[in-house]
Order: sequence, then C-alpha cells, then structure tokens
Amino acid sequence: MATNAPTTSEFTDAHGDDHAHDADHKPAFFARWFLSTNHKDIGTLYLIFALTAGIIGGAISGIMRAELAAPGMSVITAFTDGNIDAAYHMWNVFITAHGLIMVFFMVMPAMIGGFGNWIVPLMIGAPDMAFPRMNNVSFWLIVPAFLLLLASMFVPGPAGYDGAGTGWTVYPTLSTAGHPGPAVDLAILSLHLAGASSILGAINFITTIFNMRAPGMTMHKMPLFVWAVLVTAWLLLLSLPVLAGAITMLLTDRNFGTTFFDPAGGGDPVLYQHLFWFFGHPEVYIMILPGFGIISQVIATFSRKPAFGYLGMAYAMVAIGFIGFIVWAHHMYTVGMDVNVKLYFTAATMIIAVPTGVKIFSWIATMWGGSLSFETPMLWAIGFIVMFTLGGVTGVILSNAGVDTYFHDTYYVVAHFHYVLSLGAVFAIFAGWYYWWPKMTGKMYSELLGKLHFWIFFVGVNVLFFPMHFLGQDGMPRRIPDYPDMYAEYNAWATYGYGIMVIGLIPFFLNIIYSFAAGKKAADNPWGEGATTLEWTLTSPPPFHQFETLPEIK
Amino acid sequence: MAVAANTRTGLMAAGGALAMLGLAYASVPLYEIFCRVTGFGGTTQRAAANVDVSETGIPIKIRFDANMAGGLGWEFKPAAPTATVNIGQRAMAFYQARNLTDKPITGVATFNVTPDTAGKYFVKVACFCFNEQTLQPGQVVSMPVSYYVDPAILDDNDGKRIEEITLSYTFFPARTETARTRTKTDKQG
Repeated sequence: MATNAPTTSEFTDAHGDDHAHDADHKPAFFARWFLSTNHKDIGTLYLIFALTAGIIGGAISGIMRAELAAPGMSVITAFTDGNIDAAYHMWNVFITAHGLIMVFFMVMPAMIGGFGNWIVPLMIGAPDMAFPRMNNVSFWLIVPAFLLLLASMFVPGPAGYDGAGTGWTVYPTLSTAGHPGPAVDLAILSLHLAGASSILGAINFITTIFNMRAPGMTMHKMPLFVWAVLVTAWLLLLSLPVLAGAITMLLTDRNFGTTFFDPAGGGDPVLYQHLFWFFGHPEVYIMILPGFGIISQVIATFSRKPAFGYLGMAYAMVAIGFIGFIVWAHHMYTVGMDVNVKLYFTAATMIIAVPTGVKIFSWIATMWGGSLSFETPMLWAIGFIVMFTLGGVTGVILSNAGVDTYFHDTYYVVAHFHYVLSLGAVFAIFAGWYYWWPKMTGKMYSELLGKLHFWIFFVGVNVLFFPMHFLGQDGMPRRIPDYPDMYAEYNAWATYGYGIMVIGLIPFFLNIIYSFAAGKKAADNPWGEGATTLEWTLTSPPPFHQFETLPEIK
Repeated sequence: MAVAANTRTGLMAAGGALAMLGLAYASVPLYEIFCRVTGFGGTTQRAAANVDVSETGIPIKIRFDANMAGGLGWEFKPAAPTATVNIGQRAMAFYQARNLTDKPITGVATFNVTPDTAGKYFVKVACFCFNEQTLQPGQVVSMPVSYYVDPAILDDNDGKRIEEITLSYTFFPARTETARTRTKTDKQG
C-alpha cells in the first residue's frame, strides 16, 4: 500500500512538485513527522524519542548517584524541604522511574523502534514495513505512555506522598495496599500503552520479515540483525500480553474490588511475581537480542569477513528466545520454593549460557584472521563483547539458587544487570548509532569525537558499575538511598564513575552537532567491502521510498 | 495479494498475542490448582473426618503462628505455642481470638506451613480457617484446628528430614465480596 498522507492542506503540498525523482518525494514538515507512515522517518522519531527519554532517565540516575555519593540523606532532601520520609519515598519514585524509562522508553524504542524500523526493511529489500499506518500508531502510543509515566510522579501515591515508589516490577501488596493514590494507576496505564505499542510493532515486524523479503532473500540468507529483530518480535508478542494481563489484574484489584493478588480474598501476591517474571525474563532478552544483531553486523563489517557460523548465530538467538520463557522463577528464588523447583530453574538458567557462549565465541571467531579496523562502531562492538561477557558471568553466578539466596536484592544484582544492559545494550545502541549514522543522515561523524566518546564512556561506566559487585558481596541492599559508613568508599567511586560517564557523553552530543554542521558527505557505503548488507547499496541517506524495483538476491 | 498475505500473517500474530493474554488470566485458576495438588508454597491438604491414618510413633514438633492484617481490631494467638505429636496421629490445636472493639467484626484466615515441602503432608480435617469467623464486641472464642501429619512424609527424601513444622495463620478483615472467593479457598483448604 502506498503511504498516502492527507493531500489537501498546504503543508503537504509545500514541496509538492519540486522533486523530479519520485522516490524521494517527501511530504512537508507536519505531514512528514506527525502523520508519518514511512519506516525511516518513524525510525528517526523513535531514535529522537529514545534519546530524550535516555537523557531524562539518565538525569534521574544522576540524582540517585549524587545521593549515594556519601552516607546520609543530603541531596533528595533538597527537593522535599528537608523531610526525610518524603525523601525516602522520592527515592523510591526515582528508582521506579529510572527503571521503567530505561527499559520501556530508552532501550526498547532505540533498538526495536529505532534501528529495527530504520534498518530491517532496508536489509531485506522491502519498500517499507508491512503495516505502515500501524507503525505510526505504535510510535504515537509510546509518547502518551511516556507522558503518563512522567505524570505519575506528580500525583499522590502512598498516603501523603506523590509518585509510584513500587520499583519497575510493581509488586503487590506495595502497589495495591501500599499506594492508594492514583500514581500507580497512571504507571499501569503507561505500561498498557507502551505494551500495546510494542505488540503492534511486533506484529508489524513479524509480518514484514515473513512476507516482504526481496526475491531470493530466504530466511537463511537474512542478515543476523533481521534474525535478531524477528526473535525479539516473537518474544514481545508472547510475553507482553502476560504483563498486560498481570497489570490489568493489579488495576482491578486496586480499583474494582477483585482479589487476584489479595490474600484477604483468596488471592496470592506471589502469583503476580510469577506472571511479571514470565514477561520480565523474556523482556531482558528483548532488550539485548537486537543488540546481538547489531554487534554481528558491526563485527562482520570491520573484520571484512562474513559472520562466523551464521546458522549457529541465528539459531542461538532462537534458542535464547525459547529458553528465556522457561527460566522466570530465577528472579524470585526467595519466595519459598522446593529444592527441586530451584534445581530446575538453576539448571535451565545455566543452559542459556550455552547459546550465548556460541554467540560470544562466534564473534571472536569472526574477528579471528579478519582484516580488522577499529572505527568507532567496532570499538563499541568489542567493548560490548567484553562487558556483556562480564555481565553474563555474574549472571551464571546468580543463577545458582543457593548463591542467589545471599545475593538476592543486593548491589551484586544491580552490578550484574547494569553490565548486561548499561554496558551491554547501551554499547550495542551506540555501536548501531555510529555504524548507521552515515547511512541515516548522509553525513560522516568525527572519528576523533566518536573514539573520545567510547573511551571516556567505557572508563566511566566501569568505574561506576564495577564497585557495585563489591558492595553487593559486602551485603549492601539495592533500592536504598542511605547506607552504613562501611559502604562509603565504593559508593563514592561509583558516583565519580557516573561523572566520568557524563563527560563521555559530551563528545557524543558534540559529534551530532559536528556531523550535521560540518560532517563530510557520506558515500553510499562508507565502510568498504565488509559492509555487504542491502542498506549499503542505497544512497546515503536512502531515498524516501526505496526498492521500488525489488532487488534480486543471487 | 501481497496485502492479503500480510493481513493474514498480522491477524495470526495478533491471535497469538490474544492467546497469551488469555493464558495470563487462565494462570489464576491453574496456579491455584497447582498449589493445591503439589502443596506448593506450603499449601496444606484437606481430608474428610473419617479418613483412616495409621499412627507411626515417630514424633514431630508443630509450632503455631498467629498474625493479623492491619485494621482487624482483634487479638489473635495460639493457645499453646508448640505441640509435639506423632506422625500420623490425629491432633487438635486451639487458637484464641478476642474482638477488642465495640462492633462485630468478621475475619477470614489464610494459612500455610513452613517448610514448604511439608505442605503436601500437613492435612487438616477441620479448621476455623475453612469459614469466615464473626466475633461480637468483646467476644472471646477458642477456635479449633484438627490435623495430622501424613505418614507419607517419611517416604519423601526431603520430607523425612523435617523435624519441625510451623503452621501459620493470618487473619484478614472479611470483605463484603469475599464470600464468593472464600468458597474457592475452601476447596483448597
């Protein structure tokens, strides 16, 4: 179907007949960006959205790191006129907002909505997504979702305080009996909208990838990034409805007198945890699998070799996606489980290390004997492999039910998931950002600024998150704003690390300005012979409508 | 033609999403059945009064724990904190409750046992927790629970190591609509 923007108004016709080449005919500003059905424009919108949300979520973590820099309450109390109890609650609101924003409004929109929308149709030789208008709906659902979440911080939560302080998991009974005000309702509705957005997006990706590949592009010839997005879309499709069900039960428990999770009426709060993590564990793979795809493309490009063990790489992702659905209870070992149940979940969880190991070793084997060059995307990709592996190893440690009984809800867990997400997913996003920047904008970025960004950021996040392993081993609980003096040293280090990371972001933003203002024009394929996927056969940036004649794959 | 294929694939995917939503709701009764059948999470078992069990002469210690949700306005405690019974022996324990307020209050109790493994083998024949309890202002009642520990616990590799079982109750204020949901839990009792 053609992407018919409304044609009556002036702005849609403003550029109407200036363009000789029909494929590059763009609607005027409002129609192009607000009514967009074009996968590249929607991808751009998603990336801008993710960047904005990332800045907000990152700023919130800055306040948290400032508070944790030294024992005692000294930072958040400034927002609460010195009221310590209000500051404690505001802390809970901050951790909740930070978690939800980074998961639903930064990583997912960047990886799936952003790079997925932009690159998947290009890579499979499709003119656009299967349902362009639904694509538009997906994006415009996530904006109000984000606004609802932000609004929830300013309406009453628990008696006397504003905002939802439930953590991103929204466990009852804290989220039911503990938060009588409407803040949790707004947060739940925010998740409903974000979930609906992602489910529609998932349907779109599945249909696009199954039905709209160019002639000759068989499933086993698809680039690994497309495989990654396909598996991710399946995980979204099958896990998000479970979250939607769980939070809808929470909503009716809160407002309409049902007792799904209320023991007074025969419900069980632990059931919510099962439902949440049945979604929550696939969700962590939703956040990292597209990153795996990006890393595979980048490593192959800058090694000037095809990805080692292509089929193994593709089916390793399928295996990770499948096993991801049957390990959920390792997030809740402490609810009281039979030793045999723990045995199963421990073993199943450890098995995930096998396909993940296949991927790690295949990336290394791709580089082995390759003609390597170390442009910025490659630095991020190698950084990803090192840091993600470190986070994976602590994950295997935590998968032991016995060990986890001690580490549960300590900073060791915080260190673990920030290594796989803040240093894993985020590194992958930056790798994709620099890798596809010339393609998306038509301008080269500054390698110097890009490398400065990488190295400062790399040092920063490691100084920030590595000491958290020690804090966790020393028993510091997560989700607390204050702590005994014995934890002061490592917390101070972590806060310095945050500062270094922020300095690392300065060259990132400068690079964007530099590229738009003074960047060299990007060639169709700036990366040379290693970049073999279809997007590099198009101009940079690609025409508004590409592949009007479908490409033939040998 | 390509559009029709896309619509078909899209609708199939949407159907998958709806099925998972259905599964989320189906999990509520399924979880309840699962807990009842397996004793998961320390869910106790229930037997008829005329059930035949053979006493083994092997002693096991039972601890009694009493809790209240906020706002109930009762005093609730076990008559004796512990008892030692033989595995397989039919035993009776009492909890005492007193309404501290000047209005009648109806409460319902939830229950489980620790360690969780014992749930499968802790059998209640009669229990005040099977029904709602209404206490008049100032009324004191002694509430019985008749139970036994199933000798099958001795054949369980984990169960046979258990030397002490804690039976725990938490009283909640009965909600107007709880009559409906209580019947669910009754079956589970």
